[in-house]
Amino acid sequence: MHLAYPAVLAALLFCTGLYGVLARRNAILVLMSVELMLNAVNLNLVAFDVWLRDTLHAGQALTLFTIAIAAAEIGIGLSIVLMVYRNRGTSDVDKLRDTAEGPAADDEASAMADKAAQEAAQKAEAAA
Amino acid sequence: MSHLAAAAEQGFLSPTGVEIAFLLVGIATLGAAVVTVTTKQLVHAALWLVVALGGLAVEYLLLTAEFIAWVQVLIYVGSVVVLLLFGLMLTKAPIGRSPDADSGNRWAALTVAVAAAAALVWVVVDAFRTQWIDLDGPAQGSTRVTGEFLFQHWVLPFEALSVLLLAALVGAIVLSRKSDNDKEQR
Amino acid sequence: MTTTTLAVLVPLLPFLGAVAGLLLGRTAPGFVRPLAVLPALAAAVLAVIVAVRQGGGRAIDASTQLTPTGSVPIDLALHLDGFAALVAVLVGVVATCVQLYSTGYLRDDPRYPSYAALVSLFTSAMLLVVYSGDLMVLLVGWEIMGICSYFLVGHYWETPEARAASLKAFLVTKLGDVPFLFGLFALATDAGTFRITGILRAVGSGGLDHPTLIALLLLAGVAGKSAQFPLHTWLPDAMAGPTPVSALIHAATMVAAGVYFVARLLPVFAASAAALTVLAVMAAVTMVGSALAALAQDDIKRVLAYSTIGQLGYMTGALAVGDRGAAVFHLISHGAFKALLFLGAGVIIHAAGTNSLAAMSRMSGLPKRIPDAYWTMTIALFALAAIPPFAGFFSKEAVLVAAEHASLGDTTGVPSGAGWTVLVAGLLTALLTAAYATRLWLLAFRGRGPAVPDHGRQPLVMNGVLWVLAVPSLAFGLAVTYLDDWFDGHALTPTVTTAVLGTGVALVGGLVTYGAWRHTTAMAARPPIGAVAAHPEDSPAVSEAEAIATHTPAYGDIASAPDPADPGRLLLGPLHRHAAVGFHLDAVYHALFVRPVLAGAELVRFLDREVVETYVRGAGAVPRLLGAGVRRAQTGNVQTYLSALLAGSVVLAIAAVIVAAVGA
Repeated sequence: MHLAYPAVLAALLFCTGLYGVLARRNAILVLMSVELMLNAVNLNLVAFDVWLRDTLHAGQALTLFTIAIAAAEIGIGLSIVLMVYRNRGTSDVDKLRDTAEGPAADDEASAMADKAAQEAAQKAEAAA
Repeated sequence: MSHLAAAAEQGFLSPTGVEIAFLLVGIATLGAAVVTVTTKQLVHAALWLVVALGGLAVEYLLLTAEFIAWVQVLIYVGSVVVLLLFGLMLTKAPIGRSPDADSGNRWAALTVAVAAAAALVWVVVDAFRTQWIDLDGPAQGSTRVTGEFLFQHWVLPFEALSVLLLAALVGAIVLSRKSDNDKEQR
Repeated sequence: MTTTTLAVLVPLLPFLGAVAGLLLGRTAPGFVRPLAVLPALAAAVLAVIVAVRQGGGRAIDASTQLTPTGSVPIDLALHLDGFAALVAVLVGVVATCVQLYSTGYLRDDPRYPSYAALVSLFTSAMLLVVYSGDLMVLLVGWEIMGICSYFLVGHYWETPEARAASLKAFLVTKLGDVPFLFGLFALATDAGTFRITGILRAVGSGGLDHPTLIALLLLAGVAGKSAQFPLHTWLPDAMAGPTPVSALIHAATMVAAGVYFVARLLPVFAASAAALTVLAVMAAVTMVGSALAALAQDDIKRVLAYSTIGQLGYMTGALAVGDRGAAVFHLISHGAFKALLFLGAGVIIHAAGTNSLAAMSRMSGLPKRIPDAYWTMTIALFALAAIPPFAGFFSKEAVLVAAEHASLGDTTGVPSGAGWTVLVAGLLTALLTAAYATRLWLLAFRGRGPAVPDHGRQPLVMNGVLWVLAVPSLAFGLAVTYLDDWFDGHALTPTVTTAVLGTGVALVGGLVTYGAWRHTTAMAARPPIGAVAAHPEDSPAVSEAEAIATHTPAYGDIASAPDPADPGRLLLGPLHRHAAVGFHLDAVYHALFVRPVLAGAELVRFLDREVVETYVRGAGAVPRLLGAGVRRAQTGNVQTYLSALLAGSVVLAIAAVIVAAVGA
């Protein structure tokens, strides 16, 4: 079989998952997209393992590990989403914006900077 | 050497049966994945994810990785998707079409995804257009073979992974448990 | 000890005294007075011994080289000839007198320790200039004098006049010192050495390539230090310093340094007729102009300052006609009587409580209060007016005789035009000098009005110093017949023609002034004008500082007073207004130098505020705008961050692939 088939399929699946991660609003849908990305990687691992005929079968072993880790990840991720939902009443990622730079802080900082500049100018006048 | 010989025998424009099957299943898988990330109905997205993951299991079979294919079906389709569905229900996801399923970031996301896809496909095709996978001979991913390499060469990581799973289990329980304060309040 | 060792000790002792005074001034106030007076006294005694041993014979040369200094070697060299020996004696004696006088004059001054140390340093620097046989070492003393004069003139730095005067003295002399330095380098390059003996040998063998250029460059420095036209303007303003400092600067150090320097290197100047002519014209303008200005001044010390400029003009005139013997003779006798005049003026200012002649002419009984100052000042004024047999007569006659010889073409190498210039200007100045000396005496001691308040006796040390200095003012001229051997060997005795002419015009000047005074003194009946500061129990310097500070508020000007009873006003007529302000030279300098500098400073200020500041503000504003933009990117939306991150990765990956593809 042509190697390009699984490789291209994996690439396209990965990018589909990428789109989902970036575009979806619900956190659980984001987790689904992450699963898609992980599966794309798995496909690559299996295809290249078969192609290389590796005696250790590192690709397949890694695929198994990845599947197990994905399961663990989905468990932890879901429990986090649940907690967020319980605390905030929503699971939309774009509503979790605690780290945003507030506009009020912005105005205050610039106002203080302006005041300091004015004072410096006044002092310079007095000295002159 | 063998796959070079195979490459000489097999032409790009004369696909074998396996290739045709792989291509068709691949198209179905990709279509299901695209619907998963674009549909407005959240529960449908989970169901389309089942289709995509099942399609991938078939692709594993076509690549003679039998054990992984069944693991895929068992773990992903069997448990992960069920977990996700539970998650959707627990977070009271709306049934039916929800117009705000996509965030305002979707055009940026589309641009990035398309650009990444173009770059990756170009590179991959450019790199592997003369490489062929030799699928003849004994299956490389049968349960027996998998059991042999897993418990001969990879037994230590395997055990370490079990510890990780345990930690994840404990973590999930701790995180999702309702705290004592909540109970007292009720 | 050998003569050389003694000569080395002469400048060294005041220097050590200055260092010790500066170090111990605060911790051991009791030692300050001995440390100020004793080194100067010892230096004076040693200078006398050196002079006696040298005896006007062959010049003593000694040198040592501390370290090689490149193509033109610099030696620590002594060059002791008759000039050096006698000028050193003058410097030592005057410095000792000034130090003694200062102990009384500034007895309660809080800054006396640093003052005394600076005077010692000043003395040491002048003695170094006098004895040095190497021009670079001479320059060291020359520049130390410059900085010491800055500090000493600004001693009363609480008054704005003193601050301005000290700065002016420093800047104007520096203005001359820059060409002076170039001149020294040019001279050393032509002669191949900084040693005076070597240079004189080179001049003698005609080895100087650019004598006119060198002489003119050196003249600029000499004009600055010796207060010759057009760089003399710092000297009248330097009157804002304490009186003993004025005495020191005017009599023995600083201004004498320029004349002495030319006297030492006279062959260099004589090698260029153009330089001698310039020197003669400079001397003539200085003499006549300063004498006219002196006639119009109201501040007693400013009168004396202009008179110093005029007498220095006589000295440079003597040098211009090629007779350095006459120049140094006049330097020494002038040093004696000018020191006496200044120290006496200090006593007068203290007793009268004012430095204004207009105010003094309205009080009577000053001679009774300060008889010592009265008599010694009278002697010194006679010497200044060149009345025989006082010292000034003989030295001035020596200058006039030299000028007469030059004008008659008897002196080789000197243009007779220079001789005529000096002779005519000298006689004219003799007339004017007698006039302003008479005016000073009449206004100060023959005032009419209320009696001067009694401040008690002046300190003994101050009166004693006056009498010590009165002796050479009275009798130094009688030594004229012995001085020939010490100098170049010309006869310095007066001739009948010049003696009659000089004394005649001096008498005419004095009598005309007396007549004018008799005429104008009737107008002095008005009430006294001006303020009088009386501090009988404080040190005399307090009265002086107050008098300087109050002169401008009281009379509207630092130099003159609107006094109709002033004979100078009658004599000068319409010229008085211009003479009072030094013929507007300060205004010219203000327009030529001060205003462009101020305009330049204003321009720089404008550029700094409007242009540089704009860049600075822009440099601050651009990062602030960038910061605001970056802050806006901080939305808190994780997906946006991730999109940007991945977009960047994709761009990098594509770039890497393209580079690889192109490279392949």
